[in-house]
Amino acid sequence: MSDALSFFFLLMSNGVMIGLMYSLIALGFVLVYKATDAVNFAQGEFVMIAALAVALSMLAAGAPLWVAILVGIAGMIMFGFALERVVLRKLIGRPVIAVVMATIGLASILRGVGPTFFGAGTKNLALPISDEPFVIGPLFIPPIQVLGATVSVVFIGAFGWFFLKSRKGIAMRAVADNQQVAMAMGINVQRYFGLAWAMTGIVSALGGIIWGSMLGVDVNLALVGFKVFPVVILGGLDSIPGAIIGGLIVGLVENVAAGYVDPYVGGGTKDFAPYVLMILALMIRPYGIFGKRIIERI
Amino acid sequence: MIQRECGVLKTSYEADMALYPLPIARWTVAALAVIFFVVLPLTLHEYYLSIGNLVWIAVIGALGLNILVGYTGQVSIGHGAFMSVGAYTAANLATRLDSPWPVNLLAGGLMAAAVGAVVGIPSLRIKGLYLAIATLAGQLIIEWIINHVTFISGGVQASIEVARPRLGPIVLSSQRQMYFFLLFFVVLAIVGTLNLVRSRIGRAFIAIRDQDIAAEIIGVNIFRYKLLAFAISSFYAGVTGVLYTYFLGIANYEQFQINVSIDYLAMIIIGGLGSVLGSVLGAMFVTLLPIVIRLGMEAFGGVFLAPQTVLNLIPNLRLMMFGALIIFFLVVEPEGLNRLWRNIRNYFRIWPFAY
Repeated sequence: MSDALSFFFLLMSNGVMIGLMYSLIALGFVLVYKATDAVNFAQGEFVMIAALAVALSMLAAGAPLWVAILVGIAGMIMFGFALERVVLRKLIGRPVIAVVMATIGLASILRGVGPTFFGAGTKNLALPISDEPFVIGPLFIPPIQVLGATVSVVFIGAFGWFFLKSRKGIAMRAVADNQQVAMAMGINVQRYFGLAWAMTGIVSALGGIIWGSMLGVDVNLALVGFKVFPVVILGGLDSIPGAIIGGLIVGLVENVAAGYVDPYVGGGTKDFAPYVLMILALMIRPYGIFGKRIIERI
Repeated sequence: MIQRECGVLKTSYEADMALYPLPIARWTVAALAVIFFVVLPLTLHEYYLSIGNLVWIAVIGALGLNILVGYTGQVSIGHGAFMSVGAYTAANLATRLDSPWPVNLLAGGLMAAAVGAVVGIPSLRIKGLYLAIATLAGQLIIEWIINHVTFISGGVQASIEVARPRLGPIVLSSQRQMYFFLLFFVVLAIVGTLNLVRSRIGRAFIAIRDQDIAAEIIGVNIFRYKLLAFAISSFYAGVTGVLYTYFLGIANYEQFQINVSIDYLAMIIIGGLGSVLGSVLGAMFVTLLPIVIRLGMEAFGGVFLAPQTVLNLIPNLRLMMFGALIIFFLVVEPEGLNRLWRNIRNYFRIWPFAY
């Protein structure tokens, strides 16, 4: 195989893996938007704070990995419920800008809380897997990416099943579809709002563990949240399969763009290309590939 | 602004929309003018005047953003980038052509208006959340372009030094001189905004905000007015960027990153959406907050904590306070400081005979 071709395949495989890991974070965004119509501009900060909690309970409290993971997940579930109860329930029925700004404010708080209470240094979140990449022909795939992609696919599948089959998932879809009718059917709408935020907490904790062990845990981990928007816009804001497809597209595009364009412009294409793609998507198909087409009635 | 309107009955639209609702309002404005034009600049130390200058710059940007978000109801998370467009336009003109500052100021504003209108084009098809994300993309893309195109950014550090503005023979180098320079534009921006929002254009903006389909049906050209709102708002942002560049003496894209866009959104949320007074109060509040936190921590933080801890804590404390205040105002007082001010005024309206 020629060098150019194997370089291309390397970029592609890396893109697929990273893309699936983006999907995991985007899933947290989609879950909340699907159920509550609220947007979470603090998704990256959720991931960061979860990773900090896990890393700290391993490093400072000396807990074994599985305990730390459970602590992280439980903490994020409580955080999700509390957030919905204290802030977002008060903002129901207010303009979009209110929810957007509230989550931006939350992001700001979490960015301050992180270094203040968990220390500013970069922490190492070591998972018991080797650093040796799998070598398959021209491809080098780090095990952490395989783990991340696997966790991502498993959980997206699990949430897909949850929404399609389980009683709670169906109730949640009813809430997302029409809150008043859902209430009339005896669904406790506010409880499901809380549940949606708690589920986002779970997904963020998993994302935090994966991304944190790959990039190291500090405030900059929150920057991964910026990748969420292209992913969800491309896939469709309220679509779980859309999160996977969007993640794959973004992962592929940014890796291929970075591989071929970066040498000419001096870096940074990785952060730039997904947004260009997103602008195009917004112009052509704003509701995304799988998103629900909104018809406005007067 | 602070007059009591007890016993006043307005009988015409002209009276209701007048800039000075009562004769005493003229006196209020005159008193404020004396305070800000004479008393403060002649009594305060240069350091406090430099803080005042930051506030004035922020006031102009907040007014512009409020025209877009508060009056027209379109969200923008890209105003920091529009400011950088203005800043780099002016800086390039100043260094390449050696043009005087009024030309640079106008060119910076107009260039930002053009870019803002382009970023605003998606607003014709998408709204709310989608528009917020589209403008966020605008912010990141403009940032990247400025940072990577050396023709604009002028080299490795992406920063261009600009000479101080000069008025005839005087070079405005001290903070006191800059204070008057900036205050002039603040007055211009406030009067301009007050008049804009009660004109035909302003009423069209408000109609679009309140119900865009209804506005279209009564004959407001949504296409034109949404783009106009983006352009006017970005013009203010561009002017803010130019003034900030002249204030710092350097154009640097790091001064206009996404957190700046968020700061300005916070200003108008905390101050009050759709209110001129609110923009001014919000700009003051958000600009002064980190300074007050720093001064307060430096003065009292050492009592409980080690000095190094205090130094580490200050930026984080700022972030936490900032976020908490945004959420507090959104949850408790959605109409912001402007509403608080109105509440106080209404209380005193019939004081002391409140029955």
